Amino acid sequence: MIPEIGHFALILALGIAVIQAAFPLAGSFTRNQAWMGMARPLAWGQLLFIAIAFAALLQAFQADDFSVAYVAHNSNTLTPQVYKISAIWGAHEGSLLLWALFLAAWGAAVAGFSRNLPLDMVARVLAVMGMVSIGFLLFMLLTSNPFDRLFPIPPEGRDLNPLLQDPGLAIHPPMLYMGYVGFSVAFAFAIAALLGGRLDAAWARWSRPWTTVAWVSLTLGIALGSWWAYYELGWGGWWFWDPVENASLMPWLAGTALIHSLAVTEKRGAFKTWTVLLALFTFSLSLLGTFLVRSGVLTSVHAFATDPTRGTFILIFLCIVIGGSLALYAWRAPAVSGGGRFDLFSRESFLLTNNLLLTLITLLVLLGTLAPLIYEAMNWGKISVGFPWFNTMFVAVTPFLALFMGVGQMTRWKHDEPERLARELWLALVIAAVAAIATAVFMPLGSDTLLLVPLGIGLAVWVLTSHLAGLRERLRHKRGFGAMLSDMTGNGRSYYGMLIAHLGVAMFIVGITMVSNFDLEKDVRMAPGDTQEAAGYRFEFLGVRDKQGPNFQSQKGHFRVYQGDRQIAELWPEKRTYVASRQTMTEASINAGFLRDLYVSLGEPVGTSGDWALRIYYKPYVRWIWLGAILMGLGGLLAITDRRYRTATKAIRVPAGAAAARG
Amino acid sequence: MSKKRWLPAAVLAGLVAASPVGAFTLEEYTFDDPARAADFRKLIEELRCLVCQNESLAASQAGLAKDLRDEVYRMLQEGKSREEIVTFLVARYGDFVLFAPPVKPSTYPLWFGPLLIGGVGAFFLARVLLRKKESTEAELSAEERERLQALLAAESGDGKPTQPRHKERA
Repeated sequence: MIPEIGHFALILALGIAVIQAAFPLAGSFTRNQAWMGMARPLAWGQLLFIAIAFAALLQAFQADDFSVAYVAHNSNTLTPQVYKISAIWGAHEGSLLLWALFLAAWGAAVAGFSRNLPLDMVARVLAVMGMVSIGFLLFMLLTSNPFDRLFPIPPEGRDLNPLLQDPGLAIHPPMLYMGYVGFSVAFAFAIAALLGGRLDAAWARWSRPWTTVAWVSLTLGIALGSWWAYYELGWGGWWFWDPVENASLMPWLAGTALIHSLAVTEKRGAFKTWTVLLALFTFSLSLLGTFLVRSGVLTSVHAFATDPTRGTFILIFLCIVIGGSLALYAWRAPAVSGGGRFDLFSRESFLLTNNLLLTLITLLVLLGTLAPLIYEAMNWGKISVGFPWFNTMFVAVTPFLALFMGVGQMTRWKHDEPERLARELWLALVIAAVAAIATAVFMPLGSDTLLLVPLGIGLAVWVLTSHLAGLRERLRHKRGFGAMLSDMTGNGRSYYGMLIAHLGVAMFIVGITMVSNFDLEKDVRMAPGDTQEAAGYRFEFLGVRDKQGPNFQSQKGHFRVYQGDRQIAELWPEKRTYVASRQTMTEASINAGFLRDLYVSLGEPVGTSGDWALRIYYKPYVRWIWLGAILMGLGGLLAITDRRYRTATKAIRVPAGAAAARG
Repeated sequence: MSKKRWLPAAVLAGLVAASPVGAFTLEEYTFDDPARAADFRKLIEELRCLVCQNESLAASQAGLAKDLRDEVYRMLQEGKSREEIVTFLVARYGDFVLFAPPVKPSTYPLWFGPLLIGGVGAFFLARVLLRKKESTEAELSAEERERLQALLAAESGDGKPTQPRHKERA
């Protein structure tokens, strides 16, 4: 009964979405206040009904209702309570429902926090979000219904994929989806602006915090996924250019370009059409990412053929969203173009350059991800595009990004003197160069690392020193650190947000450089009592014992790690066999440190005397990768607390024409 | 940009049936020459397991991956060079086995397409940054100019913005 309520709620939500997409939009053109006024209540209503559907699915999991096919395939009576919740988004159908729920929640948030926005703008934004919602709800109801029943009812479910029974992966998809769906707000604002032919600084100021929140969620979501892969998969890897990873990286890259472009549009009124195009592009990539991951097309183009309904729906939906928005863009963008002018040496120039570099990287990731599919579909032969290709492309482009980032943040808007920049930045550049040279001289580098390691370290130091120079310049006029604190409480927060996020980038570069070039891996066979040396650490193996988990059996190893004579850690790597699926899982044990991780994962027992084959890793600076991402996220959060977003409502009340004239 | 490998694709796509996931070890492949050992490591990382979803030979637990690892090991022990081994495997399994697609006419778009994209971007950038300074600034519509005048007049305090100045110019 309850699953039918959920199913019915989805159908009602679809009905509401259709009305939400049609009437407010029509009203915004016919100046029909009543129709426009429907937008907000409809957005709330949609959230209500999708939440009911979500609750129904939650209840089905909690009650072990295996008559629901989705529950039977992804849960089990033994599944721990918390994973009966995260199992909701453990597979295709449920993750679509989560997507739809977030979309409705963002819509309701827009409805709730838009009291000071012109009504026609609200009506158009919510109508566009309603259209996106129609797509998702139809997709779910027609091809991927999470409430489909199963008969005969199986006595026991299949359990959630053991890889997903982990706290990291329980929250990774929701974070990711928060980001993907958040970009739908930026998308809806862009479409609304195109429809209304009005695109001014107030528009940018209003959509900027939403976009930043989405970007922060996506940043943290990707970092979580990478961290999860690192500890859960037992391989010590944190990124493999897998299509699934790329699917989340593309909207992140485009979104990064977007938040910077929005900054220019807000402050200088420039890049208007470019910002709109990026908003369309970012959300299109979010959709593409969602579908790439969930449709099965990545395995093979033939997966499309085996389940053509889903594939066809996805293609049509993507064509409508991307094609429709681009057509609208081509038609309306000329009407909203124009804006602030700037010289060759100006912050705008550097931001535009890095925007284009980020776009280029996004396109490269898209090319590398889709190339195998295209080659297969075109019968050009089967190829693999893996880490060697991606690494080559990234190493060729990303250094410029870091280089220009350091210059851009120091440069003034509109016009700056190259001499002034040289005066402010020469010391930062010298320190970075010295760091790079010192790295080349003092670090034990081989022929393959001689170029890359000094480059990475030099760039990271450059990002750091150039931003410190920028901070010094900013404080010069503000008399010391007391002023900095008052700055933090006032309008300066977005500046410090930028600073923190960019320092996160520096940290990230150090992490990648160090762990990619200096990690160690040892494949060894050890008997209880044996020791192994790695990177100056001594690992003593004490044996393996059997242990019983809630829905798995485990073999748990025990290690002591010594540095010199001092014991610094105990490690307990596990090998689990899950009861329902008979899948075996390796649970690596990690001693995490700021400067290095020590990592042991169990392989197979060898012989009969308690020997084990296992892997020992030494991972220098690997934490810096995720700490860097966390700093980026914190920077974004600090930026949106800037006072001007709280007072933004005033700016928006100024007539659009006057705002444009001032900008 | 790690050189390591993993396989969340199948997992997230919900496609993994019952394949074991996790560590196994390579300690059985021993070499007298450390350079050969490094060659082995690099080779199995850059070769793809043919029956897996985006896993290297170094990472895969599939039976076929183990056979190929053994094959690579055997050829290295026989004294074959990296190139010979790669040529042999490509002849047998096609380019699909390589994570780095070979540079040849059919993959030119993949390897050199990025230069083209970058070139278009650079052209666009140069056009915007180096454009002539013809003035397109502050093109306000008549209505907007009127409103601006009204605002300015209101600010200057005479409170009578009835005669917008732009009409004098016109």
